[in-house]
Amino acid sequence: MRHETPIDDLRAAVSRIEGRAARSKTVLPFGIELMDRRLPGGGLALGALHEVAGGGNGAIDGAASALFAAGVSARTKGKVLWCVTTPDLFAPAVAQAGLGADRVIYVEAGDDKTVLACMEEALRHGALGAVVGEVARLSMTASRRLQLAAEGTGSIGIALRRWRRQAEAMDFGQPTAAMTRWRISVLPSSQLPVPGVGRPRWLVELIRARAGESADFELEACDAAGRLAVPAELVDRPAAAEGWRRGASG
Amino acid sequence: MVWAADAAALAVGIRVGMQATKAQVLVPGLLMMDADPVADAEGLERLAFWMLRFAPVVAADAPDGIVLETTGADHLHGGEEAMLEGLIGRLAMSGITARAAIADTWAAAHALARYHATSIAMASAGHDASVAAGLSLEALRIMPAVAEGLRKLGFRTIGDLLDQPRAPLTLRFGHDLARRIEQMQGTLAEPIEPVRPDDVIEVRRAFAEPIGAAETIARYIGKLVTQLCALLEEHGLGTRRLDLICQRVDSRAQAVRVGMAAPVRDTKRLTRLLCDKIETIAPGFGIEVMTLAATVVEPLEHKQVISSLIEESTPDITGLIDVLMNRVGERAIYRLAPVATDVPERSVMRVAAMAPESGASWPGHWPRPSRLLSRPEPVETVALLPDHPPASFTWRGIRRRVKRADGPERVFGEWWLRDAEMVAVRDYFQCEDEAGERYWLYRAGDGEHAETGSHRWFLHGVFG
Repeated sequence: MRHETPIDDLRAAVSRIEGRAARSKTVLPFGIELMDRRLPGGGLALGALHEVAGGGNGAIDGAASALFAAGVSARTKGKVLWCVTTPDLFAPAVAQAGLGADRVIYVEAGDDKTVLACMEEALRHGALGAVVGEVARLSMTASRRLQLAAEGTGSIGIALRRWRRQAEAMDFGQPTAAMTRWRISVLPSSQLPVPGVGRPRWLVELIRARAGESADFELEACDAAGRLAVPAELVDRPAAAEGWRRGASG
Repeated sequence: MVWAADAAALAVGIRVGMQATKAQVLVPGLLMMDADPVADAEGLERLAFWMLRFAPVVAADAPDGIVLETTGADHLHGGEEAMLEGLIGRLAMSGITARAAIADTWAAAHALARYHATSIAMASAGHDASVAAGLSLEALRIMPAVAEGLRKLGFRTIGDLLDQPRAPLTLRFGHDLARRIEQMQGTLAEPIEPVRPDDVIEVRRAFAEPIGAAETIARYIGKLVTQLCALLEEHGLGTRRLDLICQRVDSRAQAVRVGMAAPVRDTKRLTRLLCDKIETIAPGFGIEVMTLAATVVEPLEHKQVISSLIEESTPDITGLIDVLMNRVGERAIYRLAPVATDVPERSVMRVAAMAPESGASWPGHWPRPSRLLSRPEPVETVALLPDHPPASFTWRGIRRRVKRADGPERVFGEWWLRDAEMVAVRDYFQCEDEAGERYWLYRAGDGEHAETGSHRWFLHGVFG
């Protein structure tokens, strides 16, 4: 097979060195063309570690990021292991994001270290759909271990970053071995014709993607099957506006 | 003579050691039963067998105690303190008032359990004999005559004795006293001769040379597990709990216990679980005998598995659950199941990780917050009564203006559980502030009647 550009040749050579060619290339698409286009492989890589954190106050309460992780886990196959240090996740909300009560097994570990050890064990086992761990600190070494454990299996590892104080959230800038890094912030909910709260909306920022570019999306939160959605007014944006945008960005 | 008396009898002035006739004079119509030491000993033995569910090395400590070697077993019960509380609670439910203590030596635990002020005593790990220094001389397990003689010499507590030169004491009171003191200090070993049920499936291996290296222990664990699995297969059984007991050269026992979520007969998995725990074994000068026993067994028949040609089989994760369970404890790994109740904090119940799937879920017509505060936090609000959401609220020192809100969702108290909830009402609102952050607030009370609640506002959860 002949590659078109030297860059493709280089990429192929690098992936050969990394040994990634032997690994399964399967991905879990979001089902939103806008997002999947930006992700290498067309979706969230299976058998890899991904990082999710909340923006603003979400860095502390981790409410939206937990639902994002639940939505991703809900669309995988098999059981889901959720490792926590403080058991404040409300299971009915997780069930509303598509992850039923029968599918989630919770592990309550005393500290971050135990959470990481349990995650690694579960990822290495490989029979789970997703392994979610709520941790504050994730060092390069720890994330590398998790990534290596996940490789070769079909499980998605999600490190749900959650800090005690806003100042500690600076830690999210540190490099880790995760495939992608997401930040989920809440936005005002969809407008309803009557008083009330509509479908929640998130600002989903793809801060980092290995072999991909970062991007941000304004999306509607997970529905009962764990699927995100593009808000209606963005989908039905007038064609002229879309065309103008394309033109401007080249 | 009165041998034993219950709490009611003690309250009216009857004491152990009193003459029977005197007791009858004190309380007319006193119910007395003949002492039956043989039956008592048998009962204690039965209780010791029952205690095997808490630790693998258990012995009856006649006449009134049971001694357990908890090393290597407490992790399955969530730590030492939780284990003691569970033990006392289980005994209380079956009508036995018990006192318990954990200490490094049998002698210290014996003394603390019987003579400490509280019914549960915990000595910190690595303590010395000073934990029992304040206790009376009887706590040393010496003859009453010896204790009396010591008292005549002016000794009041164990602490007084510890620093005394041994030779004069031995000369006067015999070797027994010195032995008891050394056992308290831990300088003299005191092995526990454990009770063993007769019908337990176990394999044993004695070594010509004592072993000590971790690799050697691991190799022999593998051999023992293979033998045990062959035995289990003969009986058509699988094990739910394994006890590995290593008898050391100094005749002390080191025990390792692993629990399984479902019956297992897989050599590889059992070896892995036991080998994870090797670091908790202190081999000392070497291990002479290793005994591996399947203390809880359940029938395990061969099962036909679905061929992958027809449909995909669901992967088995019990092995993973077992590994995690032995790492974080049995209670720390669970699934959450729905409970039919409207009160949010009661709507979730913990079930075992491998419990059968029920398919039940929570009613989904109201959105629920993804994080629920363990206890609702009071907030300052500006709100119209009776059924308007707050216009603004202050939580953790930050004032938020409510832009949109949904509610009320009225939750009534569960009067069948507690009288206090007879008329209690909560009105839940989902409130969104200007930045889009959504919170779950409720007002205690229906906004009209003062008896339904305090009409104060609380924040109960955060939506994603």
